Amino acid sequence: MLPRAHCAGSRCDMQILRVSQINRYIRDLLDGDQALQNLWLEGEVSNFTQAPSGHVYFTLKDEASQIRCVMWRSRANQQVRLPRHGEAVVAHGYIAVYEAQGSYQFYVDLIQPAGLGALHLAFEALKARLEAEGLFAAERKRPLPRFPKTIGLVTSPQAAALRDILHILSQRYPLAQVILAPAMVQGEEAPAQIVAALAALNAQPEVEVIILARGGGSLEELWAFNDERVARAVAASRVPLVCGVGHETDFTIADFVADVRAPTPTAAAALVVPDRRELQVVIEQRRQRLLGLVEARLADGHRNLSYTRQALHRYSPQAQVFAYRQQVDDLLSRAARRVEHRLQLARERLISRSAQLASLSPLATLERGYAIVRHGRNGQIVRLVRQVRPGDAVDVRVSDGTFGATVGRQKELGL
Amino acid sequence: VSPGNVESLSFEQAFQELEEAIQQLEAGNLTLEESIALFERGTQLAAHCSKLLDQAELRVRQLVPAPEGGDELAEFRGEAGEEPF
Repeated sequence: MLPRAHCAGSRCDMQILRVSQINRYIRDLLDGDQALQNLWLEGEVSNFTQAPSGHVYFTLKDEASQIRCVMWRSRANQQVRLPRHGEAVVAHGYIAVYEAQGSYQFYVDLIQPAGLGALHLAFEALKARLEAEGLFAAERKRPLPRFPKTIGLVTSPQAAALRDILHILSQRYPLAQVILAPAMVQGEEAPAQIVAALAALNAQPEVEVIILARGGGSLEELWAFNDERVARAVAASRVPLVCGVGHETDFTIADFVADVRAPTPTAAAALVVPDRRELQVVIEQRRQRLLGLVEARLADGHRNLSYTRQALHRYSPQAQVFAYRQQVDDLLSRAARRVEHRLQLARERLISRSAQLASLSPLATLERGYAIVRHGRNGQIVRLVRQVRPGDAVDVRVSDGTFGATVGRQKELGL
Repeated sequence: VSPGNVESLSFEQAFQELEEAIQQLEAGNLTLEESIALFERGTQLAAHCSKLLDQAELRVRQLVPAPEGGDELAEFRGEAGEEPF
């Protein structure tokens, strides 16, 4: 509030304000005017500059007037392209007071070339705003359940889209249950009804995923899906939401906020459930895998069994007896071989001794011309001269016999 | 091997258990009896999954305003006399 001037009696006490007080007052006035908070302005760009900070400053003007404009760096960065001097544009933003200079400015968050339709501009403005809020961020996107038991569906009960979706769901995955929350999907009432339907489905605890769908239509017919209330309800959904609105080429704000964007209602249904024909193939593969695994296990078992059987055989008492018997046979034959060896050695030694004996025999000496002389009386071998006297009879043995002789002259050699 | 009747399992439960049975068999540190029991259970699970897929019919219900406020669920019949899907 502006401080009031006080009048008492005839004398008025004029209150004197500071500059910043009046500027703040005007600022509050402008801030309180809703018409100035959400505004489209059309004009020609002049004095366009981008400061080193990244903030953009320019003037918008028509034939008679002009207004200072500011676009903060964060907004300027989101622009596909920035306008140039002299370009005709439509800009969105709000009017506020720049207190430091006592001027009011247009704070721009979006600039489009002039000539685009109003709906398009509103779409771009909302899109830019929600994107800046982070509502489209990839990290907000939730995965869909693999085998949803209950699917919530928001669409018009009269539309072909509903029939298409139910057809796809019953073809692909009839195990699912569907809870339809009917809503008008075009017209004035549509956003509020869609928001209510989403809330009602979110209140159903068994709902695991929601499809928000509408068939193709003009930009105006799809407009409910560009409504901020709908966008926020989609973002607030407790369960993941798939948006399938219009045709392939239609993008709505709800598409950007949804966890998954499907190009059409039919595609949305196909994204939400698996296909039972593919599942049957998977199940058959699992069955084969089970069979293969258990067969491998059985083969292992067989192999182990035969190892065990062999081991058992090796250690059986009968096998032990056979083993001992063989050992005895081995020992016996080794002993026999050893005895035989000894005999052989003895035999060889005997032969060599006989030969030695033969070479030492006195007969051989006699043959070489020696003779053995024995005393004729006592038969003693005469080795020394003094064993005999002259006239003693002796027997002389030569190699082939004996003859008698008488001892004659004696002489000791004194050796 | 988990106890319980295969017939009473949902598709998701049965499919999950089937995957687990295969993982256990693949891990390979089971006795022969355990392996065969898992195999039998897995075969039943696969058959149950397959049957559920074959026999299921899509059930569609609709949220309608309840007389006492809030919503209640009613069977969805589609447009009058028209087969919805």
